[in-house]
Amino acid sequence: MSILVNKDTRVVVQGITGREGMFHTTQMVAYGTNVVAGVTPGKGGQWVLDDKIPVFDTVKKAVETTGANTSVIFVPARFAADAIFEAADAGVELIVCITEGIPVQDMMRVRAYLDQKGSRLVGPNCPGLLTPGEAKVGIIPGNIAIPGNVGVVSRSGTLTYEVLYAMKLLGIGATTTVGIGGDPINGTSFLDALKMFEEDPQTEKVVLIGEIGGTDEQKAAQYIADHMTKPVVGFIAGQTAPPGKRMGHAGAIVEGGEGTAAEKIEALEKAGVKVAKHPEEIAHILKDL
Amino acid sequence: MKLHEYQSKQIFAKYGVPIPKGRVAATAAEARQIAEELGGRVVVKAQVLVGGRGKAGGIKLAKTPEEAEERATEILAMKLKGLPVRKVLIDEAANIAKEIYLGITNDRAARKPVMMASAEGGVEIEEVARTMPEKIIKIHIDPLLGLRGYQTRDLALGIDLPKEHWKAFSKVCFGLWEAYQKSDATLAEINPLVITDEGEILAVDGKMIIDDNALFRHPDLAEMRDLDVEAPEETEARKYGLSYIKLDGNIGCMVNGAGLAMTTMDVIKLYGGEPANFLDIGGGANAEKVAAAFRIILSEPNVKAVLINIFGGITRGDEVARGILAAMEEVKPQVPMVARIVGTNAEEGRRLLANANMITAETLVEAAQKAVAAAKGGAQ
Ligand SMILES: Nc1ncnc2c1ncn2[C@@H]1O[C@H](COP(=O)(O)OP(=O)(O)OP(=O)(O)O)[C@@H](O)[C@H]1O
Ligand SMILES: [Mg+2]
Repeated sequence: MSILVNKDTRVVVQGITGREGMFHTTQMVAYGTNVVAGVTPGKGGQWVLDDKIPVFDTVKKAVETTGANTSVIFVPARFAADAIFEAADAGVELIVCITEGIPVQDMMRVRAYLDQKGSRLVGPNCPGLLTPGEAKVGIIPGNIAIPGNVGVVSRSGTLTYEVLYAMKLLGIGATTTVGIGGDPINGTSFLDALKMFEEDPQTEKVVLIGEIGGTDEQKAAQYIADHMTKPVVGFIAGQTAPPGKRMGHAGAIVEGGEGTAAEKIEALEKAGVKVAKHPEEIAHILKDL
Repeated sequence: MKLHEYQSKQIFAKYGVPIPKGRVAATAAEARQIAEELGGRVVVKAQVLVGGRGKAGGIKLAKTPEEAEERATEILAMKLKGLPVRKVLIDEAANIAKEIYLGITNDRAARKPVMMASAEGGVEIEEVARTMPEKIIKIHIDPLLGLRGYQTRDLALGIDLPKEHWKAFSKVCFGLWEAYQKSDATLAEINPLVITDEGEILAVDGKMIIDDNALFRHPDLAEMRDLDVEAPEETEARKYGLSYIKLDGNIGCMVNGAGLAMTTMDVIKLYGGEPANFLDIGGGANAEKVAAAFRIILSEPNVKAVLINIFGGITRGDEVARGILAAMEEVKPQVPMVARIVGTNAEEGRRLLANANMITAETLVEAAQKAVAAAKGGAQ
């Protein structure tokens, strides 16, 4: 078992003929992901990847023809909001948006629309999803993680890889890894992912990798304290970040003294979460749990 | 990206918000001339991208053009919170009967814009927010519906605005909303919005922050960027698509990914060092980008060692190493370099770097410890 994606997931890649889209589609297929279609406006009718994957002009056509139920978006930031609207409008249940740099007002409109439509968004500005041994939808390198019983949820990309790899070195595997992304307004939150992991029978432990900015981690801590039965190991990046500066991620900024690493760590520890001092320590804590 | 008061107010005016007559000046002589044109009393206002200008002495009243020139001379020689004053705004002085606060910002938790108003506007608004938060009335705006008329009346009622001003107030609310929306702002604020003795409503101060991610669709706004507020290295980094922030320590960092870059800084600190910067080189460590990153990091004379932390993932470790070596060839760093590369073929990558006299490490903790030792001039 796993959450969100597995070997039966039918993936449509939006922006499949672009450089990023093509590269990562190749990687996803090599991992065993069931990529059934691609979309690039104006390129409908072509086939890519040794003529195995059909390209459509619209998501609607791709879904009608191939029964795709999950989309992964690699289109440039200026077109990304539109791509998300299109996927939701075509009835895609799960939309994973990798694109970085989407304007925040676009994301506010996207969220309001998705809440009406009922589609789930993961990201944007995220590495996507990986259920080791079954499917990867996004850009997480497949070879750094092994199947196991730990659910991982994170706001960051390479930091997540770091943790997955440290886990692998100790023989610890993951059920699913969810990269929720580094933007201030996103789709799936820590809270959403924790609820799914709590309900997933195969997930026995959970890793939460947060960072400075916002209050999502504090909300997650509240849920952990009130509802979670599974142990959670945490990490918060940005303890040395100066306030008022945007640390790479649009969402990683301490504003008006709110969203500091210290307050997040305190909230998590209060909720019984073991907070690691550095990423490699996460794997060691998991091993001893 | 922050905009100056005069820029923000021009945008507000474009969307129908009344502002005082005035113009910006770069010299005291210009200030005098503008004051002459305006006639009557004027306010001389420092244009710097920090808050609390009034309290810091950067805003002065002048009764005559001569006085305006004198005040401008003083203010143009000032530094406010470390930033030089390069321009002053000369505005007609308003006869203020009442100061209101009105602003829009993104409410991250609610995932919606929030419009805020307070009857206690003016220079003490931060204090009001802290001690009497109930004096700030908030309404959330549905991003798909936009601001609605009844919401502006909710605000007017909430701040006990006399009914004769409702219509004008509502117009200001809509103007501010449009300015916020059409400029992709993350903050649009009028503090104070004044009611004059003559019964008019006027935005005498203005502040906007524009979403950097949206600048691609606002080339006119992108040109307004004031480079005084960022270190020159930060400007240089942006050209190469690098995300760089200067800090006070002596260990330079070059990392791929924002979260990992922050973590690398944290781990350096955990082992007794001080990071000299945040630097995310993003995906693909090609030689050109790495060379630019090295130049930027090493332009800071404080830097005594550099820690390179690249989680290759799909990119091969030996390719990353070759990119680093090519960049070293070009930049020829004179300080110890500690490199940690993870990913496919990482051993080969480490071997290549070790051959080039770089210190290598397998784990982040080991890399941080070695960088801290190298920066202290200790054993490697
Ligand atoms: N055109 C004007 N006419 C009359 N009074 C003014 C005018 N402009 C500013 N003032 C007075 O000066 C005070 C401070 O000015 P302003 O709000 O522009 O700057 P500030 O708030 O101190 O600066 P910052 O926006 O950097 O915090 C106002 O609250 C108002 O009382
Ligand atoms: Mg003000």
